[in-house]
Amino acid sequence: MDALTRQAPVGAGSAPEAPAAPRLVPRRRTWRRALRRDWQLYSLAVLPLMFFVVFRYLPMVGNVIAFRRFRPGGSIFGETWVGLRYVRLFVSDPTFWQVFGNTLKIGSLTVLFCFPLPVVLALLLNEIRTRWLQRFVQSVTYLPHFLSVVVVAAIVFQVLSLDGVVNQGLAVVGHAAVPFMQQPGWFRAIYVSSEVWQTVGWGTILYLAALTTIDEDLYEAARLDGAGRWRQAWHVTLPGIRPTMMTLLILNVGTFMAVGFEKVLLLYNPLTYPSADVISTYLYRVGVVSGSFSYAAAIGLFESVIGLTLVLVTNAISRRTVGTSLW
Amino acid sequence: MRRSRGERVFTACNAVFLTGVVVLTLYPFVNIVARSLSAEHAIRTGQVNLRPLGFNLTTYRVVLSDSVFWTDYGNTVLYTAVSTAVSMVLTVCYAYVLSRRDVKGRGVLVGVAVFTMFFTGGLIPNYVLVSALGLRNSVWAIALPNAINVFNLLVMKSFFESLPVELQEAAAVDGLGTYGMLVRIVLPLSKAMVATMVLFYAVAFWNSWFPAFLYLDRAELFPVTIYLRNLIAGATAGTDQNAASDTALQIAANIQAVTIVLTVLPIMLVYPFIQRYFVRGLMLGAVKG
Repeated sequence: MDALTRQAPVGAGSAPEAPAAPRLVPRRRTWRRALRRDWQLYSLAVLPLMFFVVFRYLPMVGNVIAFRRFRPGGSIFGETWVGLRYVRLFVSDPTFWQVFGNTLKIGSLTVLFCFPLPVVLALLLNEIRTRWLQRFVQSVTYLPHFLSVVVVAAIVFQVLSLDGVVNQGLAVVGHAAVPFMQQPGWFRAIYVSSEVWQTVGWGTILYLAALTTIDEDLYEAARLDGAGRWRQAWHVTLPGIRPTMMTLLILNVGTFMAVGFEKVLLLYNPLTYPSADVISTYLYRVGVVSGSFSYAAAIGLFESVIGLTLVLVTNAISRRTVGTSLW
Repeated sequence: MRRSRGERVFTACNAVFLTGVVVLTLYPFVNIVARSLSAEHAIRTGQVNLRPLGFNLTTYRVVLSDSVFWTDYGNTVLYTAVSTAVSMVLTVCYAYVLSRRDVKGRGVLVGVAVFTMFFTGGLIPNYVLVSALGLRNSVWAIALPNAINVFNLLVMKSFFESLPVELQEAAAVDGLGTYGMLVRIVLPLSKAMVATMVLFYAVAFWNSWFPAFLYLDRAELFPVTIYLRNLIAGATAGTDQNAASDTALQIAANIQAVTIVLTVLPIMLVYPFIQRYFVRGLMLGAVKG
């Protein structure tokens, strides 16, 4: 991705009729030549580019409705400018701050558990010397990754229902049944543990791959220096997988603001809104369900900008401190 | 090398811990299957754990004879097939262009795709756009907005880049055009990778529910994920439930479990065969992505 930043973005239409720029003339000619020579190749890019323009970049521009009055059925870019009206509206909306807080809490808990646990599992898997056993544990723990979020939600409902296995366990220790899905106090724990259940195994793959690239000589040298297993893990293994860890951490932080929107939407209900409602579900209800598109777009834009900022900041910190960067 | 006592303790603890992980992962699956096969009374009184109690297939029979279930299952198959085909054509074409190091403007073309990994328009503008384009209540509302997954695109691109350049150069000398090169040289060399990509997309579309939930209003268009979603949301009972007969109670007690099993079954059946392709694809993407 280095080449990407170094190369100046030269669009096909950027060169013509620029005055007194002798360097631009040959560049224009090479574009023409490139098009003539490679037109078949460029023709292959036309449909995919249309996809990106229509379904990725047009919605980005579509965010202007956050600052314009929008009429359903009218222009997708809205009708008249209203300035920061909708931004002011959500900043003074107590529900917005509540869902903002919930997003931060659920997001941080998710990163706190879903980021380090795959590292731990990968290190432990790596210690299994029996090949088939390792394969078996891997196959089993990868399995939930392939399930639809709807299925995961349905399983959560079944397992935590009043007659489900968790309440059976509680009954054994003499505890009364708990209506988990109706109590706001339980939502975060349920959300994060189902997330761990689904992602922890799959998350080990890249670490296991990184572990195989660590030079055996390093362990040998550490042993000669008298390092035990723990110190080998600390001084050889962890530094060996650090670039992978940082890359995945940055990507994790990037999805922080969006949290598992679909899963929250499936798991929550009005009773658990106080702890479960997050920015994305709130803007879904405000926009799609109630039809306040501009207001919802303003909230959504805020969410995307924070998400992008988090990625850039984490990436910058990672580049400064450990030298790992996404680009 | 002889193992120290500490190491043996560690190995034992590790084995216990990993066994725990395996049990915790599989427990819900086994429980759901047991519930799907149990009698209503045993489920209601909270006795069904890992073994079916009062074995019966009533609910399976009812769900499998429900025409709505089959319609939705058919929709899922149709949407998965169409969406995967569209995705594959777009992804392969673009990945091939990006893989050609000699193409002018390559950096810009890569940038156009990669930027969308970090910044997206968000739910509302997308919703407004898809509605304005008149895609509601058609397969295109599901297939088009998510046609290219940039991660998959980069995996495909780095695979194409790993193919020997000499083959394509030789083919060019023989007068093969770009289309011919892609169809007759590159794709035949990439069969395993193309299969992996088809699986990546197909599983994602098979599992998807939210676009269908957003853009499909008519019940006869729903995929099976929406059928299941409506069951857990209590929106529909799946089958008519007005009679308080024993059969109706039986169905109400385990219809969710039965539907979960029937939805997951195809994935489970192919899982042993597709798993390694997924792992390989993921690693390929990670190396270059």
